[in-house]
Amino acid sequence: MSQHHHHDHDDHSHLSEIELRVRALESLLVEKGYVDPAAIDALVETYEVKVGPRNGAKVVAKAWADPAYREWLRKDATAAIASLGFIGRQGEHLVAVENAPDEHNMVVCTLCSCYPWPVLGLPPVWYKSAPYRSRAVLDPRGVLAEFGVSLPETTHIRVWDSTAEVRYLVIPMRPEGTEGMGEEDLAQLVTRDSMIGTGLALQPEAMR
Amino acid sequence: MNGAQDLGGMMGFGPIQIEQDEPWFHAEWERRAFGLTLAMDATRSWNIDMSRHARESLPPAEYLTSSYYEIWTRGVERLAVAAGLVSDEELRLGQSLAEPAPIKRVLKAEDVPAVLARGGPAERPIEQPARFAVGDRVRTRNIHPRGHTRLPRYARSRIGVVELVHGAHVFPDTNAHGQGEQPEWLYTVCFSGRELWGQDADATLTVSIDAWESYLEPA
Repeated sequence: MSQHHHHDHDDHSHLSEIELRVRALESLLVEKGYVDPAAIDALVETYEVKVGPRNGAKVVAKAWADPAYREWLRKDATAAIASLGFIGRQGEHLVAVENAPDEHNMVVCTLCSCYPWPVLGLPPVWYKSAPYRSRAVLDPRGVLAEFGVSLPETTHIRVWDSTAEVRYLVIPMRPEGTEGMGEEDLAQLVTRDSMIGTGLALQPEAMR
Repeated sequence: MNGAQDLGGMMGFGPIQIEQDEPWFHAEWERRAFGLTLAMDATRSWNIDMSRHARESLPPAEYLTSSYYEIWTRGVERLAVAAGLVSDEELRLGQSLAEPAPIKRVLKAEDVPAVLARGGPAERPIEQPARFAVGDRVRTRNIHPRGHTRLPRYARSRIGVVELVHGAHVFPDTNAHGQGEQPEWLYTVCFSGRELWGQDADATLTVSIDAWESYLEPA
């Protein structure tokens, strides 16, 4: 698919089949007047530059630092997250699920790739792939092991399969030794995977 | 439909391919395919359930061997043909052979932030009360619709407990086929790992799905 063959007899001969296919589709839809190429640029720029897991990290850090916010997040995550400016497509109905010493949450979409875009950005390839989608609901501990996460045998594993338009954000456990840290520093400990449930928050030593 | 998209519980796909410092897109064509898909969604020529169904009803061998943005590209092609916006011949040539069809809206760059911010909320008002409450035991129906559904095979005919009641949401099974939104109450239903996968399952496992009311009956 990503093989590149260079020939000089045709301008497009170095393009793969899918590259040609997408190019043909865009030319046609633009020629018909259905699509403005500048809108495509703006959409791509939004998700490459403006939206990403730093948004979710701010939500988590605030939940760790501010008990009133955490309570709001539990009761109405959509509103609590919107209050930080994170709204819109694929985040219309949000639920925050909190990890605890005896319960670990993990999110998957077995049917497609549902993912909370406003707080995490676009999903990584593995999240959309067959190995993760097939096994997350059947063998989550095996999946976690591949991410280097090993939980106590007694920890309850809670998997959320997002089959509707509700999107789930995992609030990882706050690492020990972070007392007194401000929200900005706390947010540095929050990884994308820790908010999907395939990772844990970083230990503060990792930041030194 | 029982298509290749319904992956929960399948085996043999191998290890998860984790990429460190993964870029948002792996090639320029992925950027264009992503943007084209969202821009065409914004024309309101189809809805999100139709989009999902267009991707998920690809032949299983094609679905499983295509990358995600290839699936999206094929989805837009199918939708645009089905909506009468383009012909197969035009797609093949990448060139217009006929007058454009009337379209409800063309997304302009300056409108992108507002359109994304608005999103597509799925909750709708509903008159009838919810049939189930938090804590109720329910059984998912054993259904195999030929059309679109969001009830995964692994969770059919299984007993679970209602954990959350989300309000009434657009029903994908009808909305995907132009049969209206027909909103229904939506519930998060939890199943024990053993209920889903049998006695050998991890005893600490609970899996939930979000299920529309008509997927459920009292248990």
